[in-house]
Amino acid sequence: MSTLFEAIGMVCQTDVLIAILLSSIYGLVVGSLPGLSATMATALLVPVTFYLSPIAAIATIISASAMAIFSGDIPGALLRIPGTPASAAYTDEAYAMTRKGQPEMALGIGLWFSALGGIAGTISLMLLAPPLAEIALNFSTFEYFWLAFLGLMCATLVARSSPVKAIASMFLGLLVSCVGIDNPAGAARFTFGSVDLLGGIEPIPALVGVFAVSEVMRAMLTSEPPKLPYRRFGSILAGQIALTKQYVKPQVRGNIVGIIIGVLPGAGADMAAWVSYAMSKRFSKTPEKFGTGHPEGLIEAGASNNASLASGWVPALLFGIPGDTITAIAIGVLYMKGLNPGPTLFTERASSMYALYIIFILANIIMIPLGIVMIRAASHVLRAPRAAIMPVIVLLCAVGAFATGNNLYSVMIVAAFGIIGFVMERNGYPVAAMVLGIVMGTMVEQSFVTSIIKSDGSILPFFERPVSAVLASFTIAALLWPLGAWLWRLRSRPLAQ
Amino acid sequence: MTSGLTRRQVLAGGAAGGAALALGLNPAQAQTWPARPVTVICPWGAGGGTDATVRIVSAVLEKELKQPFNVVNRTGGSGVVGHAAIASAAPDGYTIGILTVEISMLHWQGLTEFRPDSYTPLALMNEDPPGIQVNASSPYKTVKELADAVKAAPPGKLKASGTGQGGIWHLALVGWLTAMGLKPDHVAWVPLNGAAPAMQDLAAGGLDIVTCSVPEARAMIEAGKARSLAIMAAERNPAFKDVPTLKEAMGIDYTTGAWRGIAGPKGMPPETVAAMTAALKKVNESSEFRDFMASRGFGVRWAPGAEFGSFMEAGDKAMGVAMKAAGLAKG
Repeated sequence: MSTLFEAIGMVCQTDVLIAILLSSIYGLVVGSLPGLSATMATALLVPVTFYLSPIAAIATIISASAMAIFSGDIPGALLRIPGTPASAAYTDEAYAMTRKGQPEMALGIGLWFSALGGIAGTISLMLLAPPLAEIALNFSTFEYFWLAFLGLMCATLVARSSPVKAIASMFLGLLVSCVGIDNPAGAARFTFGSVDLLGGIEPIPALVGVFAVSEVMRAMLTSEPPKLPYRRFGSILAGQIALTKQYVKPQVRGNIVGIIIGVLPGAGADMAAWVSYAMSKRFSKTPEKFGTGHPEGLIEAGASNNASLASGWVPALLFGIPGDTITAIAIGVLYMKGLNPGPTLFTERASSMYALYIIFILANIIMIPLGIVMIRAASHVLRAPRAAIMPVIVLLCAVGAFATGNNLYSVMIVAAFGIIGFVMERNGYPVAAMVLGIVMGTMVEQSFVTSIIKSDGSILPFFERPVSAVLASFTIAALLWPLGAWLWRLRSRPLAQ
Repeated sequence: MTSGLTRRQVLAGGAAGGAALALGLNPAQAQTWPARPVTVICPWGAGGGTDATVRIVSAVLEKELKQPFNVVNRTGGSGVVGHAAIASAAPDGYTIGILTVEISMLHWQGLTEFRPDSYTPLALMNEDPPGIQVNASSPYKTVKELADAVKAAPPGKLKASGTGQGGIWHLALVGWLTAMGLKPDHVAWVPLNGAAPAMQDLAAGGLDIVTCSVPEARAMIEAGKARSLAIMAAERNPAFKDVPTLKEAMGIDYTTGAWRGIAGPKGMPPETVAAMTAALKKVNESSEFRDFMASRGFGVRWAPGAEFGSFMEAGDKAMGVAMKAAGLAKG
């Protein structure tokens, strides 16, 4: 008990509280700008943490990343431009809700269920860190292969277009992920002698291009859509309690899936959102409503990506192994501040650990008032003339892309993918499926090739290891499901006639 | 008497400026370096070990020289992009950067034209030797037992990792195997994206050996999931006193390591180089730098200017030999 009080004392320092507040505002702003991701928000904080006390330094990272993941939903819902890759899975859904005249509902869901998901993730971190970490340690490349494969299959589930076009887009994304030298053989592929292409095509500039730039191009071609009648946003949290009661199952499922995916090193909030959205649609009683501004998928995926954020700290704190790109940066800061990851952190530095939990909870609570302010400020975007918004978006995309690599190459990538995305959308190919391919491609290839090297070319270990076998059966069942359903219909039709 | 400029000072200033222009120098350089903020390029991403090192060095330099030292991450292409940016900057002392061991490896693979001699070496700041790690439940208690098992196993049966194909820790394994008289591919290399995934896969039972620096393996070792059997260095790491060197344990005199050092583009003015090396010496000796390196478990090394240059040259030659032996070099 005394350690708990000590921890509260550590958090209630003026510098820590100011750090939480300022980095929360910073995270909200950065996350809402297209092209600036939660990872980048964290990376930019590292030089600042040099000058902070250990607890304040960790507090900035926790609060900024949690806020950024939520506020990535804002431009997604208002402009159909996801602020971070973690929002890309359900951007269309949120935007459809806005077009239906319920922007405050879409954003309220993002805010409320992000906060609840974050708190659920924190509780898992507090209560289950050691057993969760043991799960993570059972994942070798064989298991990751199945996991990434399952992730890829979400492409067909999430898309509203024909599954064939969704798969085609996903394959295009896989092809894009082949570019560069960061592949298992270390061979330069599709680089055409360009040094920049050696580094491959990062998911973030590609995402910004296909969503934001192509949206601007579309806007230039079509006449302005009928303005949504402007009114002050109604209560943002109204109805969220009712939704919480109505959709208990999707929410709990989203939290659990988010926690599990977050704990696995290498799979972060992006994947959690995709998998949860797809699961939500698959298990929903009304899957036909998905994509038309239906809250169910938003709830599940919004809860999932924030839950994964907290549980991503489990392997980071216990073994110094990053659960995602954000904790990869956080580990560096932990070492620098003398909070070396390892089991001793939980025993000898227990008060620091409690302080960390308290910060997580605090950040997810102040997310609600700060988020409401942010949503209200952002709502004016809907009133502004399109001719004023679009140039600003292009500018933000260019600046954000430049900031990721400090060179013009990323800006060119954004432009190129803007054109690709525009052409794809015109012809009914879902761009979200391509983004999924780019995000997952490296993981699929890496885990497959390394597994095959380890097993000397045998594919048996993909099915032999216990966890691997379970994941394999999930994947195969999901693959065969449509076939089975089709055969079932075929058989039952003559009977019905 | 002290107010305003005297005629003589104006004349002297004009003459100095003229001389500087005649020499083709920027007037700013004629003043003592640094007269304006300095850009420090880091070829690796924010948050990693190299980034943290360059940021602490810059922070201390800033205090020492009273000018901002701004760290800019130019990432991509396994470090090619950032290293190229350092080499092709203007050699005026206002753009420098941190070089990593990859500069002595990338050109052998035909990935860049830049080599260690494409830079003005300023100072070597750090070197981390690789350790040989096994799973905590592995039957091998000493590196000698492991070596005997490696020798007895058929080629390719045992699997090791620590980084990607042809990365520094891959070459460390190759060096160790070659020193034992084995073929470079006697232990199969599983290319993984860095030391952290390798340590995780070691704990998950997917790998037999991980060669990566001891600081990178530290959390797993402290969590009781892995053991470090030896390090490929001349001396033991003070943070891990009970891990022997290869020489102590097996009599094999093989050492290697991943190093980091500060350098600028070729052709920097000698007086700037001298000023910078002197400042870097103060950084290297400062308690901020030492404390930081100790807290991360990073090894501190010091080699000024030309000494750093010959260190890189020697390392470059050794890398060439190892990479050719492993079939990783191009041409």
